[in-house]
Amino acid sequence: MFDIDAIRNDFPILRQKIYNKPLIYFDNAATTQKPQCVIDKLVEVYTTYNANIHRGVHYLSNKATDETEKARKVVQLFLHAPYSHEIIFTRGATEAINLVAQSFGEKFIHRGDEIIVSEMEHHSNLVPWQLVAERQGARIVKWPFNQNGELEISVLKPLITEKTRLIAVNHVSNSLGTINPVKEIIDLAHQHEVAVLVDGAQAVQHIKVDVQQLGCDFYVFSGHKIYGPTGIGVVYGKEKWLNGMPPYQGGGEMIENVSFEKTTFNQLPFKFEAGTPNYADTIAMAEAIKYVSAIGLENIAAYEKELLNYAEEKLRSLPGIEFYGTAHEKTSVISFNLHGAHPFDVGTLLDKMGIAVRTGTHCTEPVMQHFGIPGTVRASFAFYNTKKEVDGLYLGLQKVVQMLA
Amino acid sequence: MSEINKRQDAVVEEFSVFDDWMDKYSYLIDLGKEMPPVSEKIKSEKTLIKGCQSKVWLEAELVDGKIQFEADSDAIITKGIIALLIRVMSGLTPEEIMNANLYFIDKIGLHENLSPTRSNGLAAMIKQIKMYALAYHTKMNG
Repeated sequence: MFDIDAIRNDFPILRQKIYNKPLIYFDNAATTQKPQCVIDKLVEVYTTYNANIHRGVHYLSNKATDETEKARKVVQLFLHAPYSHEIIFTRGATEAINLVAQSFGEKFIHRGDEIIVSEMEHHSNLVPWQLVAERQGARIVKWPFNQNGELEISVLKPLITEKTRLIAVNHVSNSLGTINPVKEIIDLAHQHEVAVLVDGAQAVQHIKVDVQQLGCDFYVFSGHKIYGPTGIGVVYGKEKWLNGMPPYQGGGEMIENVSFEKTTFNQLPFKFEAGTPNYADTIAMAEAIKYVSAIGLENIAAYEKELLNYAEEKLRSLPGIEFYGTAHEKTSVISFNLHGAHPFDVGTLLDKMGIAVRTGTHCTEPVMQHFGIPGTVRASFAFYNTKKEVDGLYLGLQKVVQMLA
Repeated sequence: MSEINKRQDAVVEEFSVFDDWMDKYSYLIDLGKEMPPVSEKIKSEKTLIKGCQSKVWLEAELVDGKIQFEADSDAIITKGIIALLIRVMSGLTPEEIMNANLYFIDKIGLHENLSPTRSNGLAAMIKQIKMYALAYHTKMNG
């Protein structure tokens, strides 16, 4: 079953003290901490089989290549993608979206076309589309959310026109925690032959994802938010799109034949992986996925839900607290403000008590504009957090209220 | 000793009584709260220094060869630090400000607040204070 002590023991960073107080790490939506097995895997790669992959004839290169391709397989199974060549490694979710936006955009988005982007997207799922729209002469159409921080299908329906080419939406909102009805969105989009990119950066560590069941055209996530290393991310793309899309970057590895007259490109997935890939982090990310899968996403989700409910109940009693994002379906994210207090002040004071939260706009300025606020304080929980830590946050906030009153 | 360093040392002395982070920040919050309200007209797009987290407004005026600064922030801790900066920097000649070596922030252990990555607008505010000094200096001597 769920042994929280054993789990916490897997994460060495959690034993630390900050300003002489035990660390309470509630900034998991920004990045997650790494279990020892992931750290060990990185050390293993560099100490025993580091070599450039896909090109060497020697033992180490073959071994590193092998492990990287096994990692691709791990990601494929994790997302339940039909083929491993539909899995492309990138630097992170941001680069993953930029890859799709630029390559898909160049081929399939033209003058006068429309791209629907939800109002609750992280800037990384808005700005790349704005750049493409600018370049191709297309237009961004905003899909607004309601006061609870939910996207409604009925609002989306009239936005889809014959000019719509793609819908960009997150599976889970980073600033509000809302779990969006991506399956319904995709079904509706496909009725109109519109492609859908799902940003899963905040989802894969909380929810079991099945890209075949969802039917999405593109699904992206990043390694560091699922207990893996930084600098590695994933695009899942349907083969039919990926084959039709031009390469994203040029370089080694992504080519078939090169001459000054004409260069032909490698097949999937290598067509989209120019240069020496980040194989060490790829291999370690697969280790993180295995770790999470062994604990079980269902178990993780159930435990995190319990933490969320406990925290919401507890924090609700604080005077002047206001929650943002009260969707029915939520991950373990609480975005809030204390009346009259700037989130920056709240975060600064909590920090001095050893409590790490995120403050500000969370790279979702349109969300803050929607609510007319400068930002929020965001506490985001992972499965290594405890109710005792939530109590710590509660006591910390009580103190903050006193100090700022 | 220069006037600016005398002022800095006075602040350092004041903060030396705090051995706890929370006391230090309580004091900053008090300083922020006690700051006389600025006239709304200084809070304009022109005077705004946008940090990613908190906003800072800064206005400068040359009076009898000395620069008077007025500033505000939407975050109270930022405002408390602004109160200290104004106490140290305001009412000096452009030259004094240009040549100032600001060490008190470091000495009272608030240097992290001035890191450009902290994005509360304070690092940019200090840069802006120096820019004003340079501009007035050039104007007076040009």
